[in-house]
Amino acid sequence: MAEIIEKFISTTDQIKTDEYLVNMGPQHPSTHGVLRLLVKLEGEIVHNVEPHVGYIHSGIEKMTESLTYPQIPHLTDRMDYLSAHMNNEAVCLCVENALQVEVPERVKYIRTIFDELQRLASHQLWWCASGMDLGALTAFFYGLRDREDILDIFEETCGARLTLNYTVPGGVMFDIHPNFQRKVKAFITKFKKILPEYDKLLTGNIIFQNRTKGVGVLSKEDAIAFGVTGPTGRASGFSCDVRKHHPYSAYPLVKFEEKLGTDGDSFMRWKLRMDEMWESLHIIEQLIDNIPEGDYALKMKGVIKLPEGEFYQRVETARGELGVYIVSDGKKNPYRVKFRSPGFSNLFTINHIAKNWKIADLVAIMATFDLVIPDIDR
Amino acid sequence: MAFEKYDFTPLTQSIHQGLIENVSPLLTLIIEWTIIGVLFLLFIAVFGLLLVYVERKVCAAFQQRLGPMRVGPWGLLQTIADFVKLLMKELITPKSVDKFLYNLAPFIVIIVPFLTISVIPFAPGLQALDFDIGIFFVTAVSSVGVIGVLLAGWASNNKYSLIGGMRSGAQIVSYELSVGMSLITMVIMAGTMQISEIVELQRGGWFLFKGHIPAIIAFFVFVVAGTAETNRGPFDLAEAESELTAGFHTEYSGIKFAFFFLAEYINLFIVAAMATIVFLGGWMPFHFGNFEGFNAVMDFIPGLIWFFLKVFGIIFLIMWFKWTFPRLRIDQILTLEWKYLLPINLFNILLMATMVLLGWHW
Repeated sequence: MAEIIEKFISTTDQIKTDEYLVNMGPQHPSTHGVLRLLVKLEGEIVHNVEPHVGYIHSGIEKMTESLTYPQIPHLTDRMDYLSAHMNNEAVCLCVENALQVEVPERVKYIRTIFDELQRLASHQLWWCASGMDLGALTAFFYGLRDREDILDIFEETCGARLTLNYTVPGGVMFDIHPNFQRKVKAFITKFKKILPEYDKLLTGNIIFQNRTKGVGVLSKEDAIAFGVTGPTGRASGFSCDVRKHHPYSAYPLVKFEEKLGTDGDSFMRWKLRMDEMWESLHIIEQLIDNIPEGDYALKMKGVIKLPEGEFYQRVETARGELGVYIVSDGKKNPYRVKFRSPGFSNLFTINHIAKNWKIADLVAIMATFDLVIPDIDR
Repeated sequence: MAFEKYDFTPLTQSIHQGLIENVSPLLTLIIEWTIIGVLFLLFIAVFGLLLVYVERKVCAAFQQRLGPMRVGPWGLLQTIADFVKLLMKELITPKSVDKFLYNLAPFIVIIVPFLTISVIPFAPGLQALDFDIGIFFVTAVSSVGVIGVLLAGWASNNKYSLIGGMRSGAQIVSYELSVGMSLITMVIMAGTMQISEIVELQRGGWFLFKGHIPAIIAFFVFVVAGTAETNRGPFDLAEAESELTAGFHTEYSGIKFAFFFLAEYINLFIVAAMATIVFLGGWMPFHFGNFEGFNAVMDFIPGLIWFFLKVFGIIFLIMWFKWTFPRLRIDQILTLEWKYLLPINLFNILLMATMVLLGWHW
């Protein structure tokens, strides 16, 4: 008997566990697009995450070299499609700065209101999609339902719902719809009642808190080292709000708080975006009644030629800092354009913070990073 | 009592008598088995489809949608259409699977509800098998399903399936314990494991009310553990679609997938039925104190309707969980069971035993 037991023990010693590779993506429900994560697992524990990008590379930066400056913003809609307006604005601001023209006050107000509406729409979609990633399927429909209101407002003014194409160098394409102010105010009143509902459904839930608190901690030092920006960076305590530090459009005129987190965990990232929605509402409230009369666009030349040189402009999208870097050789199309996208820098911290957590945590971390794949992979 | 007139015993007895007078006892047995088998098959198919429809409508109501509306009035024929589609689909067997185990798994999973359903009393006299160890039979048989899930996860030769299968194995094996123990708590109170006896004992009042605090704790634990046992949200780790696509049944298609799907819903029915039988008085009507008029009205509702009302109440509760809560993580699920539910259960059994010994229950 003792022999048998000994033999059994000796055989169990020989059983060894191996790491194995799992391809999460390019087609996977929780990567929200064609991102491929090569995950090395031992059982359920994540040992290594290797993000592979390039599946949706559309060469936007290269294409812009053969387009004129008024044409470039149309392409940028397709990068971070949830922050379409901010992308447009970044290029337009860069061109305007290069030409050293001052857009009318009305344009600044309209652009800022659109920025914040777009941020709200983006955060709503993030809220519902990350709820779904964590298994709360009902959240998905609530978020999409409320996002419709914002999209309707967009549609009325500029005809598009997702890829707005509203901003052009020198102003905006059309004046705002006569209903715009009334509808935005109605939306704010409605959404102020809905936001606490979002908190009730998920933020206060014990299962949700267990899933996110303390999971995937990104320290402030790491956030700075990796160049993490946006709500993800601010959740780690890294003050990086472009609206505060390098204000543009009407942001110098409004009072708002840059929310900063301390823990840098998934819950903090979640909480920070929820708080940002409130801030966005406050910003819109300050601006919506005071839109000055005037032109909605500057009269620009038929062919815009930038002076020779290098120009850089940054804006705060819903995901973080978007930088536009234009090198011009004085012609009507740029010599070279580079976009510094927030998602790219944010994504590559994932190996650092998801290590030694479980697969389910990897999904939760990705959900709170708010990744948009075409933004990573322009 | 008035509701006694809805007893099915005369009907079943007359069929039995009619058969035994005309044909040999062996043939009688075979014919009766066939009738029961066909009835259960029909019940599982129809009730499974009905539950899928109910789930879609309940989920739609939670999500402010309409749910299926196109096929038939209020989309009533939608699930039937879906099922026909599944029946006609090609059965894909991936190249590298373990063929025997891969094909065996769905059958093991679907067999469990067939076995368990046989001891459930739907109405007075409407129970296929009445053991003296009924409760034990249910807990024993319902554990077999996990083998099917594990086999499906292992034999599919897919990493997502494997993770799903292993998660499901760990989860079901753990929660079996809580289901069993909360049932034992009530068995202590009833003093019998025979299901018909347990229902009969609740004539004067449901066990949930009779058993004071321990019964309420046991009911709570049973519903939580039962939800986990059926692999439903927030415990639906085995098929967590945001992590593992479809978990252990990723590689299955057509009718084999339908087996897994149907088994999940019938298991949901069985958990609800067991909760109804053990805690909510089975097919007994709801009586309230000495309000004779009220009680008489309640008696007029047949036992079959009472049973399904209660079952649907519990099913709605479990669906409510799924469409409200986020999903737990595997270690949190096991922590919940081993660190919280199990000690609560052990303490609860002690409490119930003390209460029964001292005769404190009604």
